[in-house]
Order: sequence, then C-alpha cells, then structure tokens
Amino acid sequence: MRVGLEVDGKARTADDVEVGESLLFLLRERLGLPGSKNACEQGECGSCTVYLDDEAVCACLVAAGQADGRRVVTVAGLSGDDGLHPVQQAFLDAGAVQCGFCTPGLVVAVHDLLRRTPDPGDAEIREALAGNLCRCTGYEKIFDAVRAAAR
Amino acid sequence: MTTVAPPAAPAVTRTPDGVGEAARRPDGIAKVRGDFAFSSDLRHDRMVWGATVRSPHVHARIVTVEVDEALAMPGVRAVLTAVDVPGVNRFGLEQRDQPVLADDVVRYAGEPVAVVAADDPETARRAVERVRVTYEPLPALTDPEIALSGDGPPLHEGGNLVRHLRIRRGAPRAGAAVVVTGEYEVGMQDQAFLGPESCLALPAADGGVELHCSTQWLHVDQEQLAACLALPPDRVRLTLAGVGGAFGGREDLSVQAHACLLALRTGRPARMVYGREESFVGHVHRHPARMRYEHGADADGRLLYVKADILLDGGAYASTSHAVAGNAGCFAVGPYEVPSVEIDCRAVYTNNPPCGAMRGFGAVQVCFGYESQMDKLAAAVGIDPVEVRLRNAVATGSMMATGQRIEGPAPVAELLRRVEEMPLPPSLPASGGADVRLLPGGVANTTHGEGVRRGVGYGVSVKNICKSGGYDDFGTARVRVGVAGDEIVASVHTAAAEVGQGLVTVQAQIVRTELEIPSVVVLPADTAVGDAGTSSASRQTWMSGGAVRQACVAVRGRLLDRAATALAEPVTGLRLAGGRIVSDRSGQSVDLRDLLAVEDVDETAVFRHRTTEPLDPETGQGDAHVAYAFAAHRAVVDVDVELGLVRVVEVACAQDVGKAINPPAVEGQMHGGIAQGVGLAVMEEIKVRDGRILNPSFTDYLIPTTMDMPSTRLDILELPRADSPYGLTGVGEPPLLSAPAAIAAAIRAATGREVPRIPVTPDALTS
Ligand code: FES
Ligand code: FES
Repeated sequence: MRVGLEVDGKARTADDVEVGESLLFLLRERLGLPGSKNACEQGECGSCTVYLDDEAVCACLVAAGQADGRRVVTVAGLSGDDGLHPVQQAFLDAGAVQCGFCTPGLVVAVHDLLRRTPDPGDAEIREALAGNLCRCTGYEKIFDAVRAAAR
Repeated sequence: MTTVAPPAAPAVTRTPDGVGEAARRPDGIAKVRGDFAFSSDLRHDRMVWGATVRSPHVHARIVTVEVDEALAMPGVRAVLTAVDVPGVNRFGLEQRDQPVLADDVVRYAGEPVAVVAADDPETARRAVERVRVTYEPLPALTDPEIALSGDGPPLHEGGNLVRHLRIRRGAPRAGAAVVVTGEYEVGMQDQAFLGPESCLALPAADGGVELHCSTQWLHVDQEQLAACLALPPDRVRLTLAGVGGAFGGREDLSVQAHACLLALRTGRPARMVYGREESFVGHVHRHPARMRYEHGADADGRLLYVKADILLDGGAYASTSHAVAGNAGCFAVGPYEVPSVEIDCRAVYTNNPPCGAMRGFGAVQVCFGYESQMDKLAAAVGIDPVEVRLRNAVATGSMMATGQRIEGPAPVAELLRRVEEMPLPPSLPASGGADVRLLPGGVANTTHGEGVRRGVGYGVSVKNICKSGGYDDFGTARVRVGVAGDEIVASVHTAAAEVGQGLVTVQAQIVRTELEIPSVVVLPADTAVGDAGTSSASRQTWMSGGAVRQACVAVRGRLLDRAATALAEPVTGLRLAGGRIVSDRSGQSVDLRDLLAVEDVDETAVFRHRTTEPLDPETGQGDAHVAYAFAAHRAVVDVDVELGLVRVVEVACAQDVGKAINPPAVEGQMHGGIAQGVGLAVMEEIKVRDGRILNPSFTDYLIPTTMDMPSTRLDILELPRADSPYGLTGVGEPPLLSAPAAIAAAIRAATGREVPRIPVTPDALTS
C-alpha cells in the first residue's frame, strides 16, 4: 500500500508498505529518517517515541498504515534550524547523555511531559518517564534535565 | 581511627574545558537532535540484509543443512554455512573455541548455524525459515555442578573445566573463636544495552572488507575476523559506528563475522541488525555463580582465615571465562586483611548461554558472597556491620589474598565512614498513609504499607583496573596540530571505543590541558591508527588518556624545537603559553601559527602501564594487578514483608577516583553503575530452563525504570595515584560492585531473612 504522511513538516510518501509494518520501520528504513531508535520494537523501551498528530506514541507499536494522512514529529523536528529546543539544550547542560541511544525518545517524552505539565514534581517526572528505558545514566541527570527545562 | 592523608594533588593547570573541568561531550548535540549515527542506523543504497539461522537445540549434532530452497527464493542473495567460512571457523577472546557458524555440533540454544542475505529484511527472515537443518540431539549439560563432576558429556576437547584457580596463602585454618559459613548464588545478569548488535560491512576493491560496527575493541575484532576470513589484517578495516551502550557485552564478536562473510560473498554492502530477542541470545551474559564460604575470626571479629569455593557457569564457549574466574578468585575475600586464605574458583563449560564480560567482571558476584559473610560475622560477634568491616579493611601497604601489596590509595575505611555519615532518607509516616507511589510495589500495591519494614545495609568492594596477569596492555594515540583558517586546531586519533562513557570528551580535555589549544577535534576511532586496547576493565581513560597525553608531550617538544630555532634560543627556557611559545629568559615569543605555517606537527605515542606477572599456578600468588579501585555503598530499602516486594529507597556511594577528569561524567558513571547494581539486586535475571532463555525481551527481562531507581547520594574522593595520568583511577566498574551486596544486606536488616541469592524475588521473601 501507499502511505502519505507529514514528517517533521515535510510531506513524504512510501510505496509497497506491507500490512504488518510499523511506523518505526517506515520512518527508519523506508524514509531513511533514523532519528527515532529501535531498541525493543515491542513498546517497552520508549526509544522510538514520536508525536503522531499531537500524541506521543511508540512508533514501533503504530502500524505504518495508521499514519497515512497524519502528522509525525520526531526528535529531529523539535529543533528548528535556529538551534536546539530547550529540552535538548537541558539534556546537554545536565550531562544527561551518555551513549545517547535512549536520548531521542526521552527528549520527545520530556517535551510531551512539559507541554502537559510545565512544572512537574519529582514523582510526576518519574511516572511520566517510566516507559523510557535508559541503561547508562541511572536517570538522575535526566531528571536534572527535566527540572532545568521546566524553568 | 585513622584518617587518610591525601598526597598533594599533582599540578594540573586549569584550562577551560581541560582536565578536571565539566567539559561537554563533542557528540552531545548530534545525540540530542537524533542525528548521531548508531551502528543500527547505517545504510547503503545497494545493501543486502543479513539474518541468522539459529539452533533450536541446546546440544545436538548437525546432520545436514539444506540451503537450496532458501537460496531459490526471489530476493535471496546468499545462504552461507560453516563450509563457506574461508579461514579458521573459530573465534574467541581467550580461546578460539567458538565457531563462526556451527560445523559439527551446536552447544547452546540459539547458536548460529547459517546466515542469509536478501534484498529486504522480510525476505531475509523468511529465508531463515526455509533453511532446513537436521539435528541429532545430544544429551544436554545444563548443571555446572555436573559439568564439574565430570559426569556430563564433554563439550570441548579437554573436558568441561575452563579454569581452576587456586589461591593459597598463610597457614591453613588457625583456631578461630568465631566461624561463619554460607552458600550464596548470583543469577545470570544481562548487559541489556539499548543499541542492538548491528553493523554494515562493505566489500572493498582490494578484496578486503570495511566494517562499521559497534564494539569495545576494534583491533581484537580485526584480528579474529582476519583469521576467520582468511585475509591479512590490513584488508579487514574497522571503523567504530555509534555504540548504544556496551557494559562488556560487545567484547565478543556477534554480527561482525557474519556480515563480513555476506558482504564478501554477495559483493554488496551487508547490513545486520538484531532484534531484541536475538540480542539477548546473541551476546554473552554475566556468569551466574554459586559460592561456598567459611570465615574464621577472633572474638573481636578480626579475620583469621577465609575459605571460598566458587563455581562459575561459563556456558557453551570460553569467551572471557578464564579471566572472569581469575577476578572472582583474586577478589574472593574482598578488601580485607586476611592472614590465611584458601580459595578455589572454577569456571566450567555447560550447554547454557555463553557467559563472558559484564561490568564488574567476576568481582560483582564474589562481592555479594564476601559481604554477606561479613554481615554474618558481625552478627556472630555481636558488633555493627560497619565496625566489622572497619576492623578488617585493607589500607595502603596491606596484602591482598594473592600476596600483592597495595601500593596506591586504599581508602576503604574512609569510604565506609563517608557513606555511613551521610544523612538517611526520611522514614515513612509511622501511622501508615504514605504516598502509595513510595511504597514497595508502587501504585500496583494492594496494601497501604502495613507490612512495610525499612532496612539499611552496607557493602565495600575492590576491583582491579586495567589488564592483569602479565598481559602486555597498551594504548596508542596520534595527535596532530595545524592551522585551519586563522585558528590552531588539534586533532586526536585513537582506536579507542567510545561506548557512552565519555572517552571522546576526555581525550579532548587532555589535549586542551597539555597544549592549551581550545579547538580540538576527536577523529572517529578506526583501525587506521594503532591498537588502543579494550574499552573495558575501567582502563580506557588511563590507557588511551595516557597515550593522548604522551602524544601531546611529543607534539609540544616538537613545537618547542621549532620555537628554539625561530627564536635562536635554547629549548630549556621556553614554554607554551596560550597559543604562543615564550622565552622566560629573553621575553621573546613566537605565535604557534607561525611555527605551524609550513607544516603540521604530528606525533603518535604508545602508552604502557607497569608490567604485571601471572599468578603462580599452584598458590595463586603474584603481583598480578596494576592497580585497585575501591567503592563503598549504603542502601536503604523498604520491604513489604507480607507481599515480598522491595523498594530500594536510596543508594549512597562513595568512591575514590584518583582524579575526576570530567566530574559530571564520573557522576554519570556512578549513577549508571548503581542502577545496574539495583537491577542485579532485585530484578534482573536471565531465566534459563534446560538451557533455554525464557525471558529474552524487555517485557520479561526487567531493567530498572525511573520508577525503580532510588535516589542516589554520591561522594567522590580524589586521592591521586602516583602511577597514572593525572593520578586518576578507573571509574566505570566500582559504582556497581558493592551496590547489590548493600541492597541484599538492607533487605536482610528489614526482614531478618538470610537472603542467600540475588536477584531477590518476592517468592524468596515470602516462602
Ligand atoms: S523500540 Fe519502540 S518502544 Fe522500544
Ligand atoms: S544514555 Fe545510553 S541508554 Fe540512555
């Protein structure tokens, strides 16, 4: 099937998309946009988090066909040409990036959290990010980044 | 009480973003933008996709492999089996005992038997199913005790014992007033790095191959691959692709050889990416351990002897079992003075998943054993668990179990006191009614905390840094300084793997400090420059950092020579000062840009640490380790004793890092190490039944989430070493080592139960 969607502000189409294919596969492999990552492809790690229309979702759990005619924003779409989004800047400032594999998904998840809750408490931060695994940082500096970006 | 008097800090001049500063990661911007190319992001227009045919059996003879049906499928470009491996069909870090593709026998469930290449991943997957392999099942050996007894089938020539390390020191068991014994077990932990095993192999015009991959050691991959591919090493060129975490799990080859074979056969770039399940099967795990201990002490709790019997299940292939057993044996008594030791540490082959390197490397398992024993000893003597440790703690000049004297800082007592003195987290309201999110089990809890008990526990640990036992360990670095536009730019080139730990930052910091050049480019790591050794054993900042510093010194020497000529003055009075070389004698100076106008300065240096010696095969005695690092942990837990649920409330860690080259990166290593320790203590275990992994997914293999991670308190000591660059000590592993032991101790304190096994499960706490 043919799937047409908007990704990070640009119209895209892909042909011969198979029924079982995920949005993550469509983005990464068909469109060559590897910004969202593939760590589990089962909805468990959050590495592939993107916005579908205005909702943050695991792209690995969304069928590619479901994205037809819709708007996707990946981590790459958060920063304008003019530099980094404050959430991205906060990750850098806080030293919240080690290997960085979880980072794109976490940046989107944190962006989403702060959009809904501009000044989250610690428990809210922990709860909101519970679907994003990070194996390197122990999360402490990611929490610092969230608190810094909230200011 | 003794206090630790730190030697005077070495003179490191403060440079912006230099050594000791909170310099930013050079790859940080790309990583937060999603632009950074991990190995699973690599692609090529003409590429084929590789996939692996794996054994469903834990132990079987391969009778036939039929590939015709798979090969006939449209879109399939190659199906390769053992006969297609042009060189030696064996690889391995210590012993070349593992087939690239199984030829005769498969020894574990999931062992690769064939690889296919197809135009798209779906076709590759379908082709895997059409490769028909007939097996003749063989008796499986999945119990390490049986492997040791010799009653099971021999899995390799020479039997099932990979190593038996004996350590004997002092007179055998003197009469002890107090004797405590215990049996302990540690489950199989997984590195569970997020970035899946993946690579892109490109056939090269010279008949060789160019491989872009995630690894911890490019040159050791190159050496093994060259032998398997029957190519000279210079035709197997590796470049490090973005690494999504490693933690020891990328020391062994996984996709590398398979992708190279497919690229060379098809003449097209070959890409391989494991899914999560395949990743769990496709890399080595932490060795599960069974340990029997006997500690004898005087009436005051001073150790007289320790007897330890340690059995490690190495699984189907050797990988690093030999060295892991070495570490488990060497550190079996922990950071304690013991006049008499009798340690037997064995690693065996079984048909379980192969085990190898993981952060902490044998020292984690025994730490849980010896620290459990120290708590038991404290109880038997009737003293505080911290006090029993203080009475026995090693210090500089103490002798380890292997007879080696500790020459560097050994602030065990100081670290323990520091974690003990940190404020404790607030207790739960005594009347109940705590925020359920803060209770064991969290929002999923079915009680309101009536059965919750709090416990506090301690652990201290020791680990060797760098390679041991006479290994010729070195790092190589090339530093080049030139002018770009109007700016002086330095570049640093090593083959050292950045696996997330921040080595790229540290390399640039060292160049800035040594050469006072703000603009430093860290080139991608590849095999075009000399060997850097492995990014493991907490050694890379020491070794490649040392090589970078040495190369900088050589570059500076060359610059001073040029300045001496330009100024017509002797070199001795000249020094580098902010982009110029100045003469203290005459006050003359010259701009580096002028000195570099004609030609760049380019120097390569090889750095070695002092030599060590192998352990004596009979007594296990010897000067085997370059250096020791120490850490102490205090854990606070809440346990719902009715439900068996544990919440780790807080972990405090004090660690001596010698010199914090990049303080936030050190903190990051400590937080991350503690998290993996929390995981091993209460949730992480590869469940293996009859040789098969039952939980190869992030749904069933649980790593700590934001809800599981306790808050942490860190205390970083900087007691400089005399023998390392800037006085540093490796930092990567210690934060993990004694965290599980401290958490287990805290659970013991909360429940009064013995807790002889980690990870601690609800079942174990309620049965
Ligand atoms: S890759 Fe989608 S949640 Fe893990
Ligand atoms: S930084 Fe490596 S997984 Fe989060």
